Amino acid sequence: MPSLTRPLLALAAWLVFFAACVATLSGDWASLFSAGSARGMAKFVGDFFPPAHDPEILRKVAAGSLETLAMSWIGTLIAAVAGLGLALPAAGRWGGMAKGTTRLLLNGLRAVPELVWAALVVVAAGLGPFSGTLALALHTSGVLGRLFAEALENVSPEPYESLRRHGVGAAAAFWYATFPQVLPQLASYALYRWEINIRAAAILGVVGAGGLGQMLHFHLSLFQLHEAASVLIAMILLVTVVDLASNRVRRALTS
Amino acid sequence: MSTHLRSVSVAYGTGGRALDGITMAIGPGEQVAIIGPSGAGKTTLLHTLASALKPGEGAVTVLGSDPWRLSQTELQRLRRRLFLAPQAPPLPPRQRVVNAVLAGRLPEWSTWRALRSLVYPADIRSARTALARFRIEDKLFLRCDRLSGGERQRVGLARLLASPAELFLLDEPVSALDPALAQAALQVLQGEASARGASMVVSLHAVDLALARFPRIVGLREGKVLFDLPRPAVDEALLIELYGSELCNSFQAPPEHQAEALPICRGCV
Amino acid sequence: MRVTDTVTYKDPAWHTRITWTVVFLAVLLPAGWLAEFNPAVLWDEANLRTVGHFLGTFLPPAHSLEFLNMVAIATWKTIAIATVGTVLAAIIGFPAALAANRALSLSALTTGRMAPWAAAVRWTVRAVLIFLRSVPEVVWALLIVRAVGLGDTAGVLAIALTYGGMLGKVYLEIFESTDVEATRSLLRNGAGRTQGFFYGMLPACLPELTSYTVYRWECAIRASVIMGFVGAGGLGQQMELSMRMLAGGEVITMLAVFVGLVWIADQVSLQLRKWTE
Repeated sequence: MPSLTRPLLALAAWLVFFAACVATLSGDWASLFSAGSARGMAKFVGDFFPPAHDPEILRKVAAGSLETLAMSWIGTLIAAVAGLGLALPAAGRWGGMAKGTTRLLLNGLRAVPELVWAALVVVAAGLGPFSGTLALALHTSGVLGRLFAEALENVSPEPYESLRRHGVGAAAAFWYATFPQVLPQLASYALYRWEINIRAAAILGVVGAGGLGQMLHFHLSLFQLHEAASVLIAMILLVTVVDLASNRVRRALTS
Repeated sequence: MSTHLRSVSVAYGTGGRALDGITMAIGPGEQVAIIGPSGAGKTTLLHTLASALKPGEGAVTVLGSDPWRLSQTELQRLRRRLFLAPQAPPLPPRQRVVNAVLAGRLPEWSTWRALRSLVYPADIRSARTALARFRIEDKLFLRCDRLSGGERQRVGLARLLASPAELFLLDEPVSALDPALAQAALQVLQGEASARGASMVVSLHAVDLALARFPRIVGLREGKVLFDLPRPAVDEALLIELYGSELCNSFQAPPEHQAEALPICRGCV
Repeated sequence: MRVTDTVTYKDPAWHTRITWTVVFLAVLLPAGWLAEFNPAVLWDEANLRTVGHFLGTFLPPAHSLEFLNMVAIATWKTIAIATVGTVLAAIIGFPAALAANRALSLSALTTGRMAPWAAAVRWTVRAVLIFLRSVPEVVWALLIVRAVGLGDTAGVLAIALTYGGMLGKVYLEIFESTDVEATRSLLRNGAGRTQGFFYGMLPACLPELTSYTVYRWECAIRASVIMGFVGAGGLGQQMELSMRMLAGGEVITMLAVFVGLVWIADQVSLQLRKWTE
């Protein structure tokens, strides 16, 4: 029965692969699931309670949340402008050579995750939200550049060609004919990435790039677990609010 | 500034010929209607005249120069002097009518002026005047995707009025308008062309309109000029030959209309 | 049609545009201030020197045999963390999805409503799943590193928890979107819940479940590299060490390996998903 041997072989291969994975990991799994470890865990979790809620920490958490929002917003804004600038050559407007080079650049920007960019940018721009903003901008430029380039390639060329046939310059023809066509799509891509970037901005701080993440890292390092718990709650709230809001907006836009 | 084609042929991508040895001249200020069945090559002819399409064979002269011998800059400069209005005006759906009309002014504007006009429309008065001549000035600040097909077509024609062109090339300019509006729109375009001393080449589906309004008629069939005659010389026999008699057996016109226009083929073209 | 002089040639959109521009600036400026936006930092002389030195070390990429060997081990560990983490996540998500599933409810079958205690269990499970996935995996890793120490275990657990939440939610959606009639009829004919599940629901959902799990495994590979930056083992942890020592050559080699790894995971996952569907 060849129909059964193939899945069985695949299953066996998978089990071998899985066993190899488990064998590699250094963790002491038996002790992890022991009663002692469970008690340790319970104590660790218990140490977070109650979350700190004095006015001082609340003010700081609020500032951190605003900082996170600001990072995500400015990062996305820069990325939208840079992405459009890169999308023009990447859509083949300035020849094959420029197209290939920019595509490579966009792939590079996109392949490196925000957090890795943040760790790199911190070296150049120091600790703080500015590094996080730049890191978001770098990664998002790659993502948006590629999406924008696709949008530009799929747009109807007729309005642009028509203006060019009347002797209109390339720049003016782009802003009068191509841009108004792609604008709604560009805006919706940018908004969608902004939503993702709020979540990303919340965590970038763990490598020192500002926002709530940096506060969390700070309080955890000093074993101020009550304060850390407050930051965590703020983080979860922020992410949940953004989720709900974007769901609302999307439903309003589609209906 | 003459415009002419000499033995011009244009091949389809699939083989076969869209235009086959066309020779014709359009004098300054002349108004020519091109008629012929679908697929006769009317659009290709207009694109060739607009120097948007390079013919495979033959010589093209547009407003006194051969567009395909010019440098890129000179070609763009030549193109500023002509205006090709496609049948479906290529208007971006979200653009406002005012910007769509003012786009006709772009050839004479600097890039900086063009961009500034997107922030605040540079010449609202002229856009409104152009629209008013087609009776749609109330649509000035609407978005193009809020317009009906006929309104969109008239916005495209208003753009032509706003442009500085001296050669009007119009592909089915009134196909989406009802007969009365179509008459009126053609009248406006022809008046503008005469006022500017611009030449005008118009392809028309409605033969009666062509015969009623144009002094010179070119019949195009299968990429060839079947006839190129002054209006009075165009008779029923020629038209039957042009469109094929099988299409036009309802070829009976009320006699009182015949003096003014041959209202033929109303049902079949 | 004559244009009368009473017509005003004003753009009616102008006020709206001005208002939005003002709002935009009113948000942008404080946001820029909050984000400490200051590109001049990048041209600061001391910074430029550090960056110049760092960039200078990028080439040539590190390629000593010893280093490559270390990278190979770290890469394999990353794969192992992602795989074991995803399996644990499935072990968390699968029963959770079953418990929260309405279609398998026996009480709903007869009365059309669930028994109160069953409803309570379902809502609790759903709430736990939401909590698990609303904490980002890096934050889970950061917390777990405090509890169990640096290393692979933290990575595995962080993936297990976050992805357990995600898998649970998606499994549940898959269960609820499949045609429940086959299962219901089994239940009506007196089959037990387990039988109903294994003979009615599972065969229908299996391809979709596998496909989504494989997709999550692919995401887990990327995530496990990122989590390494907070000390959760694998390639990311090595990358973070090299960055801290400003060893650019090592960073660039590991970035290349990372990009390659993600690409391979992407291809493998694509093939596997094609194969299961």
